[in-house]
Amino acid sequence: MPRGHDRMERRASRPSNESSIKARPCNHLPVADSDVAQRRGYNKRMTTAIETVEAMERPPVSMGSRLEGELLEVSMGPQHPSTHGVFRMNVALEGEIVRKLKPVFGYLHRNHEKIGENASYLASMPYTDRLDYFCSMTNNWAYALSVEKLAGIEVPERAEYLRVILAELTRLQNHASLLGFLLNDMGAWGTPLMYAFREREKILDLFESLSGSRMMCDYMRFGGCRVDTSPEWLARAKKIVDVFPRFVEELGQLIVGNEVVIARTQGVGKVSSGLAVSAGITGPMLRACGVNYDLRKVDGYGFYPRFKFRIPLGEHGDTYDRLMMRVLEMRESVEILKQAFDQIPAGPIVNPKVRIRAFRPPVGEAYGRIEAPKGELGFYLISDGGTNPYRYRVRPPSFINLTILEDMCLGHTVADVMVILGSIDIVMGEVDR
Amino acid sequence: MESLEQIKAQIEAAVPGARIDLVPNGSPSQQQSLQINNEHAREIATFLRDDPALRLDFCSNVTGVDWLDRVVKKTEKVKKVVDGEQKEVTETTEEKIPGYLEAVYHLYSMAHKQGPIIIRMRTADRAENACLPSLTPVWRSAEFQEREIFDLYGVQFEGHPDLRRILMWDEFEDHPMRKDYREPDDYEYEPTPHDDVLEKAKRHYASRPRSDGAEGITSQQ
Amino acid sequence: MIGTGILKGMAVTARNFVGSYFDKERLITVQYPEERDPLPENYRNFPFLVYDGDDPQAGLRCVACKICEKECPPQCIYIVKSEDKKPDYMGKPQFYPKIFDIDISVCMSCQICVEVCPFEAIKMDKEFELSRRERFDALLMRKNDLAKSNDYYRRISPTDAAEVDAKLTAAAEAAAKKKAAAPAAKSPTPPTSPAPTGAAS
Repeated sequence: MPRGHDRMERRASRPSNESSIKARPCNHLPVADSDVAQRRGYNKRMTTAIETVEAMERPPVSMGSRLEGELLEVSMGPQHPSTHGVFRMNVALEGEIVRKLKPVFGYLHRNHEKIGENASYLASMPYTDRLDYFCSMTNNWAYALSVEKLAGIEVPERAEYLRVILAELTRLQNHASLLGFLLNDMGAWGTPLMYAFREREKILDLFESLSGSRMMCDYMRFGGCRVDTSPEWLARAKKIVDVFPRFVEELGQLIVGNEVVIARTQGVGKVSSGLAVSAGITGPMLRACGVNYDLRKVDGYGFYPRFKFRIPLGEHGDTYDRLMMRVLEMRESVEILKQAFDQIPAGPIVNPKVRIRAFRPPVGEAYGRIEAPKGELGFYLISDGGTNPYRYRVRPPSFINLTILEDMCLGHTVADVMVILGSIDIVMGEVDR
Repeated sequence: MESLEQIKAQIEAAVPGARIDLVPNGSPSQQQSLQINNEHAREIATFLRDDPALRLDFCSNVTGVDWLDRVVKKTEKVKKVVDGEQKEVTETTEEKIPGYLEAVYHLYSMAHKQGPIIIRMRTADRAENACLPSLTPVWRSAEFQEREIFDLYGVQFEGHPDLRRILMWDEFEDHPMRKDYREPDDYEYEPTPHDDVLEKAKRHYASRPRSDGAEGITSQQ
Repeated sequence: MIGTGILKGMAVTARNFVGSYFDKERLITVQYPEERDPLPENYRNFPFLVYDGDDPQAGLRCVACKICEKECPPQCIYIVKSEDKKPDYMGKPQFYPKIFDIDISVCMSCQICVEVCPFEAIKMDKEFELSRRERFDALLMRKNDLAKSNDYYRRISPTDAAEVDAKLTAAAEAAAKKKAAAPAAKSPTPPTSPAPTGAAS
């Protein structure tokens, strides 16, 4: 029994001057006909004491008397602790069941694409850090890759290995934070989040000692990387990666067999593979539906073909599979990192033929994409031969993964909506740009 | 993966009446695109998605591009009769291309792991006829992206299930990503403006009373 | 038995909790501001101008070439060139900035200005406790706020400062050598064309 219920009962039995106050009729209460709603007493709305008294004196509403067309429109967000940023969902609820859901966003829209048109190619690089602010290294790499495709720039070997190492470290810390946030949304009150952030801090410290900043690294340049690593940095990174599986196993213990997690995530937010492919879903969400499409294997950008790693695939496409995707991908990232640390050669870090200032790629266009931790992050650049791009477009994975949010949430309860949203892994910096 | 000319031939065979042009791309990326005409766009898209050899079931990226009125200078050698002799003369022709809005679709195939095939659709002009057929019934991923092109460029997509503004608020009136968009003069100017931002800031503060410490817009030593 | 999953999860939490009393790795809280983690050497925050020697006016390396102003992505630097010239570390007369403002409420610490500066005049600082009470005037750093000595730079980034010093002294020596070689080349033969003088910096 929720605590308020006792308080209301006591208040109802207290003698008061209620007889002098006309109780308002309460025929606008939302009626739910599921037995869950009946048990929880959703036909008793506890807003004011008078209404409550009135409501409790009414007989319980039977299944037959259903008010037609009475959906309750609620706006979840934009200020909400669980919506992963300023994200708003207009849901139409029938009791607790979601009947319609329309996402509303644009609260963090900074028109990054127009800034890209007014800034030079190099000046756009720090702005790409701020797109998906958890994974700045992969954002930088995607942009650098697109410009290298546009201008036909080659990247030296050591730089490619460094890019792979940093991208996989980014993937580790992104998946760890996602699992932490999801467990937080499910009600674990921050403890798994703090465990995830403890591991994330180690990786962010690595980024800080390499590029100067924890999150806004601005590290990649066209034709390579900005700063070379020292042997101490590589040794430190290797130690962190060697210890990381212990954390993945601990997190696995928290999630995998946990009855609460299983009850809340299995069967929730199912996506069929046909819908996922048609809706352009990419990343762990797509692979949870069973579609084997990972850009590291399909495109083979960077030096990924040199590493042996597996692609985990899910079967059901529900939230539990999406969670497990991240856990398994963390394990594979550790494998890639171990191989990269062994194989990294010495050499130059940047292509010396590329100018930093007044960089003018040839006229034309290019679309470059990578497997960011959230999905396929692509940059489409049209160049008119000047120092600024003519058109600078970001293909944001979180934005497109949100297309089927409504399909996933229909028929589920409000609590499930939070879990589903958490498992899609959105970052508003990327959704709104 | 077949070459673009072969795919063009296949589309023209499958969808009669379709007009497709190859748009060249000068950069080393070698990503040429096909420009398709608007009336047959949905049939062409359905063919591209369902053809067993191509199976382009993944529409990765839908981009809007704004092209203003352009003047393109072309120099070419032409044989002309000059002073009674046939000579090769270089002639510069100026071609006025009116402006238009464009939607570019990057298509990949998840079934066959190939791609990209890039198709483009152009509107007739940038004002009243800025409309294109929506390819959302073919690829669901175009839904939000076409809404974004509508919001930021003003292109109406016919057949889109839910065409309204997505990133800007519903009552907003202009289209921010257009090249001739003028920003509203309603923000605070930071103390270090220079060049044209300085002019804008001066005009802004000339018309407003002083407030909140930002009035010293030019720094004094 | 039902609940084993939850019990296993609780065992993880208990292990972390009890372990934080014994294992340094599990106790991750740093009691700021009494305890501070040391900043890595590459850490960057806002830029500052380097001057050699003791006098910020005379020793400022910046020659007001305005390259950093042009390349700055959020355009937060404002430079006004002086009308006269003063000699730089190699003795060559150069312009200097009459006004050099950086608005740190706009600066995003991307360090592109450092990367493009040809004169090693602007470097990244490590000061992050910069809270102020006003938004505009107080967060605008002018030339005298930004000018910090080379000794300060050596203290905060020893390896970078050593590299920069080595580069500048090598350039100064090369210039001096060229200057010494040029009059020596002049004396044996009468000059038919103007002999090259001055430092090629």
